[in-house]
Amino acid sequence: MKHIDAAAHTRGESQYVDDSPQPLGLLHVAVLGSPLAHGKILSIEIEDALQCDGVITIVLAGDIPGENQIGAIIPDEHLLAEKEVFYVGEPVAIVVAENFAQALQAKNKIQVQIEELSAVTDPRAAFANGQIIGTPRTFVFGDVENAWKQCDLIVEGRCDMGGQEHVYLETQRARAVPLENGAMRLYASTQSPYAVQRTVAGILGLPHHKIEVDVKRLGGGFGGKEDQATAWSCLAALAAWKTGKPVELVLPRHEDMVMTGKRHPYSSDFKIGLSAQGKILAYDVKHYQNSGAAADLSTAVLERTLFHSTNAYFIPNTRIFGACCRTNLPPNTAFRGFGGPQGMFVMESAIAKAAEQLNIQREEIQRRNLLCENDIFPYGQHAHEARAEKTWAEAENSFALPGLKERVAQFNQNNFEKKKGYAVMPICFGISFTTHFLNQAGALVHVYTDGSVSVSTGGVEMGQGFSTNITRIAAKAFGINQVRVKVESANTTRVANMSPSAASATTDLNGNATINAVTEIVDRLKSLAVSELGLGQKEKLSLKKERLFYAGKDTGWDWKKLVQTAYLNRVDLSAHGFYATPGICFDKQKEKGHPFAYHVYGTALLEVTVDCLRGTYNIDSTKIVHDLGRPLNELIDRGQVEGALAQGLGWMTLEELIFDKRGHFLSNSLATYKVPDVFFMPDDLEINFLQTAPGASGPYGAKAVGEPPFMYGIGLFFAIRHAMRAFNPKADLPFNSPLTPEKVLLQLHPQWGIDAENRRR
Amino acid sequence: MIGGIRFLLNDSDVLTDVAPGTLALDFLRRDKRLVGTKEGCKEGDCGACVVLVGELFAGGVEYHPVTSCLLPLGELHGKHLVTIEGLNRHALSPVQQAIVDTGGSQCGFCTPGIVMSLTGFLLDPETRKDARGCKNALGGNLCRCTGYASLIRAGRQVLQKIGGNNIFTNEFSENATVQMLIEQQVLPAYFQSIPARLKNIPAKVQRRDRATPYCLVAGGTDLYVQKGDALANLNVHLLSRQSGLKQIKLSEKRVHIGPLTTFEAFARHPIINQSIPDIQKYSHYNASWQVRNRATIGGNIINASPIGDMTALLLALESDLVFRAGRKQRTVALKSFFTGYKLFDKAADEILTDVIFPVPDAGSKINFEKVSKRQTLDIATVNSGIKIVADGALIRKVELSMGGVAPIPLFLKKTCDFLRNKRVMPEYILQANDIAQSEISPISDVRGSSEYKRLLVRQLLIAHFTKLFPELIQVRAFYEAH
Repeated sequence: MKHIDAAAHTRGESQYVDDSPQPLGLLHVAVLGSPLAHGKILSIEIEDALQCDGVITIVLAGDIPGENQIGAIIPDEHLLAEKEVFYVGEPVAIVVAENFAQALQAKNKIQVQIEELSAVTDPRAAFANGQIIGTPRTFVFGDVENAWKQCDLIVEGRCDMGGQEHVYLETQRARAVPLENGAMRLYASTQSPYAVQRTVAGILGLPHHKIEVDVKRLGGGFGGKEDQATAWSCLAALAAWKTGKPVELVLPRHEDMVMTGKRHPYSSDFKIGLSAQGKILAYDVKHYQNSGAAADLSTAVLERTLFHSTNAYFIPNTRIFGACCRTNLPPNTAFRGFGGPQGMFVMESAIAKAAEQLNIQREEIQRRNLLCENDIFPYGQHAHEARAEKTWAEAENSFALPGLKERVAQFNQNNFEKKKGYAVMPICFGISFTTHFLNQAGALVHVYTDGSVSVSTGGVEMGQGFSTNITRIAAKAFGINQVRVKVESANTTRVANMSPSAASATTDLNGNATINAVTEIVDRLKSLAVSELGLGQKEKLSLKKERLFYAGKDTGWDWKKLVQTAYLNRVDLSAHGFYATPGICFDKQKEKGHPFAYHVYGTALLEVTVDCLRGTYNIDSTKIVHDLGRPLNELIDRGQVEGALAQGLGWMTLEELIFDKRGHFLSNSLATYKVPDVFFMPDDLEINFLQTAPGASGPYGAKAVGEPPFMYGIGLFFAIRHAMRAFNPKADLPFNSPLTPEKVLLQLHPQWGIDAENRRR
Repeated sequence: MIGGIRFLLNDSDVLTDVAPGTLALDFLRRDKRLVGTKEGCKEGDCGACVVLVGELFAGGVEYHPVTSCLLPLGELHGKHLVTIEGLNRHALSPVQQAIVDTGGSQCGFCTPGIVMSLTGFLLDPETRKDARGCKNALGGNLCRCTGYASLIRAGRQVLQKIGGNNIFTNEFSENATVQMLIEQQVLPAYFQSIPARLKNIPAKVQRRDRATPYCLVAGGTDLYVQKGDALANLNVHLLSRQSGLKQIKLSEKRVHIGPLTTFEAFARHPIINQSIPDIQKYSHYNASWQVRNRATIGGNIINASPIGDMTALLLALESDLVFRAGRKQRTVALKSFFTGYKLFDKAADEILTDVIFPVPDAGSKINFEKVSKRQTLDIATVNSGIKIVADGALIRKVELSMGGVAPIPLFLKKTCDFLRNKRVMPEYILQANDIAQSEISPISDVRGSSEYKRLLVRQLLIAHFTKLFPELIQVRAFYEAH
């Protein structure tokens, strides 16, 4: 089955928030952000701006009728700044005008006087100052201190990882339409309709039921619209509330980049101890997360960093520490992988450094420490149906790792300035929200008398193929043709209290809720059929390809007949299904439990060529064996793997967030922030799905696929590093990502810096 | 522009009196509510807003994909603007179907732009019809969801479906291509009527209204990035309405380039390919196809960006600039044209009318290097052009430029002087680097630290000589000598 929206997408007919017909008198909003990263607001002068053509009103914090608060986990973030600003781009005021150009013009006339205070951009500096959000966490497993004594080699080091801008092609946007009796409807580009609903309600001082949020689709989210979409909906709603008119807010790219949070940069220290044979005996790691100016989802992101700090390896003694450090950057947030990639990068760096000291290949250490069945993760869960070794072996065999190694060595012998490198990258990623209560979902299914079916869930279509998956799941659960199923927008009046579409779990949770709703309707239909047809046992009835069978024999009834009969017999053809992931738990006091429904495994092989004269690189190939469980839809799943991989490759290399010391974001446009383009991706890309994996708890045994493949991209860092090492065996190669062409060239020519220093003297 | 702008928008006639500097993208989405064209970045970097612009020429109508976010509406007078809505037929076109079949659309926001680019690729008789050609066609389209692999598969599927019988040949004229694509259901039938309808639109004489401030716009691919919102309201004077400034010709061993020649036309021109054999390769790194179809040689020079790629190349080719103001005409060497950051030797009323460089001698060697964070669709950190005339290993003459290392596109005069009559040997090149280091003054910015840019100057110097004299000198020698 193809992506259900694809045909309309290719025709440009799919509607995003601002594409649907505009209500008459629609007003537009421009947002004024703080020009400074930290300061006291002395005055905001809006008189000149109010005089501008087309301006209807200007809204400030004082206008908010409810509570000026948007923090999702910790209430520490204002919608509009009150007395102090904490990052560049923090919304201070909004201008509402007849068109966007007028709003923009007036915005530039607002005068904000701010007394600048010192800004912190470095997480370690913030930690030293005690600027910590929430409580630092430590996972302890085994006895690290004791284990050092048994180690033949102990290596310490430091990693510094850059963040990542989401670059959803559709920037943040929302349209707010006032309804009767003080209610409000929002069309929002959000992964979290319920977060928008409850936060708008809080801002306007209304009960949740007064706010309806409708989400048809997103032009990309990737985590950037999980929590960060809420503010823009709130501002649109606030403007609509104040003017009584429909209001649209669309952030221009530049402002979107400056004002919204990103993947967290991390700075980490590691200490790893191994036996002479390369068995990892102990691992001690400290993560300093650059959380930005407010909590946002940072504490949850940090938690996942801790969960994934040992990646796909079993390590008998570990101590994993992490702290969310408050800085004067935009509040950092969810992004595909949700802290997992940072944890894994440090693990892989530690292995790389140890391998260099032991003078063995990096992959030897990786392979010798892969998780086996029943091995225990540092958080207490046992590895069940562990696929680390299996995907590794399949990758090694199907993609001929020994041949690749030979080829790379040969190439490097025969070439001077061009060097090849390779890396093996195993991954292990836990599926479930680590916030226990979020692992629930509802679905509302209607069957109409013509046999067509409408499915509403709490899931949001953001390109990942959610609607396609639900269509397929519902059709399969009923036993009917897919064309009968329509998946509706995510709407808070049809499904209440929905969890965000995140954690790779949207299809798992909402798909299972859909199955539960469908099962309930099917059960009613079967009860009716046994009595109408005078049959004995309901259990022997089944619907296949729209025909009703009894004990394998066609009853002569088809789907339409069944539905129409049910209607005439006053059988309820609607049902609400609910699903809560069973068997998961986590004790935050002990930091132990069983937080994940299951794990996804896989192994990638990456090969690069580095032009050591120029510092540039090309990815020659990426080959992956990925564990999908029983795939729901290979076309969709392949797209998820390829897309996540591209983002992972970009995170490690091109995508560089550059902030100056005063917290100004310099790589603030697509001209200066570079995401992978068509030429960046390898021509030679192979993805094999592990065929033999038994099912997981996802619908029909499918495994979640959104986030895990992102982390294959981490291998690119180590492949480039491998090539750099071949060119300059003595170079000091720090574990700083992204590994831009600048870093490659400067690191390969350390003498250059020394010469330059001498010249300056 | 006096009077309205008249053009064909898909299958309908448009006459509008909106300001000519208005962005085509804004006109489509705001005024016409043709919302299939998306705004992703408004600076030509993402391609979500790609449209096709068809222009009458001898053989029929020639279509080019361009980013509508950098396209002033006045530019469209007498032309055919095609948006995604203008490609839709009842059934999906083979391009649309292929994207559906291969999973090439996820969130869908970039998809209309991608359909436009791939359709433009089929419409262009000169593009290579293979996977590489598809990649080139998508060079200006960012997709954050798919990782592009499925889009390349889509391109292959299209070519298999309609190109299986060698339907594309280089001899195909634009007219025949349109006809063939209508038959293949890539284009709706109304495309047939476009040439005749365009001929019916009378040419507009663009007069400058001297009473109001104006801004001269050539391709606008940088101007609109810098001040797109302001230009919409200014009285913009669109230079490219003057077709006389688009020709490339040879005269007395000199190549004359009309300043309004686009990057793409420049790179495809036989005269240029003869003078600069690798121009197509350089062009690939200088901008995406969608931007090369708008960016002009003259604009690149007058824009005076220190990292103008074409300017760096033209500096090494010893180019001269001809300016005209009324009847007065004057020639300035490009080497002495720039006087400071975005400052140059041009009076306000002067217009660049000719860019001239001598046809390189048979024995001369030319190279252009560019290093940027992303190799394609990115702005240079450092770029460099060089022309060398040598007798075996003896350098007779060197012309060397470096961009991104000074407030202006820099001609390295002292370095060139030093290298004259030297042999191609590592020690001289390293000495030349020492001199180059004294000529440059790079600053640290978002494109790289000054230390990095200085190192790049050295590396690119080595790259030039090792690439141009592979039989005499290898990179290895520089590392052993060091």
